[in-house]
Amino acid sequence: MAPTEDNRPVAFVTPLVDIETTDDGYVIRAEMPGVEKGGLEITVDNGEMTILGRRKPTEFTAELIYREIQPHDFRRVYELDPSIDVTRVGAKIDDGILTVTLPKAETVKPRKISVQ
Amino acid sequence: MNIVRYQRYPQTDLSAVLDRITRMQAEMDRVYNSTFGSSLRSPASLSRWNPAVDVYQDKDQFVVVAELPGLKKEEIEILLHDATLTISGERKHEGSSEQGFFTERFYGKYQRSLTLPTPVDPGKVKASYRDGLLQVVLPKAEEAKPKQIEVALK
Repeated sequence: MAPTEDNRPVAFVTPLVDIETTDDGYVIRAEMPGVEKGGLEITVDNGEMTILGRRKPTEFTAELIYREIQPHDFRRVYELDPSIDVTRVGAKIDDGILTVTLPKAETVKPRKISVQ
Repeated sequence: MNIVRYQRYPQTDLSAVLDRITRMQAEMDRVYNSTFGSSLRSPASLSRWNPAVDVYQDKDQFVVVAELPGLKKEEIEILLHDATLTISGERKHEGSSEQGFFTERFYGKYQRSLTLPTPVDPGKVKASYRDGLLQVVLPKAEEAKPKQIEVALK
């Protein structure tokens, strides 16, 4: 593998993403091939969600003769809809697809008011 | 034909990458148009999903790694014809509802072919799929392996 220069800025790859709206909120699906559960870091701060996926280093030492896969970690930042309940954000990763569920906060349910 | 300066390290600067893509696209358009004429051009053929691959080599084998996130085993087909490896298949939508409002990912058929520099042993090829990465190990054919020749000293 090519040696990396120490003082170059840290580069990231922007993962390809689908976002779906559901009755409960949003579902984000991001492509992060080569990332395991342990390499994921999802943080919510000040209405912004950062998704970080660290690639697992390759285990073989053979010489790389052709490269298309960018050897950088995945990162993407989203500004969250204020109606999302950040305490109930869920995430899982299967076969290199990260699924983040962003449920909306329980709004005041419609109530029936009985007339005296 | 453009002459592009050889770069030792992959570029991380986005504008330079976009420059290269634009140049490649212009070149592809030119070749495509001069071969088929502009009337045959269809957008679908340009937005096809071509999974990225890396190829590793040591003295005994090649290892091909392809980025194929979110596929099932039956959605991956691997073919070897002489030294040409073809990976193909189809990805189906996984979302249950049709309410998607933002989509960047590719769905549908994909195909990727590459020719290895030396013959491989077709009987010993092994493939595995993990974390969205397909790994194909292709041992080199006996006649393609480097041989050490003893020099007899008198």
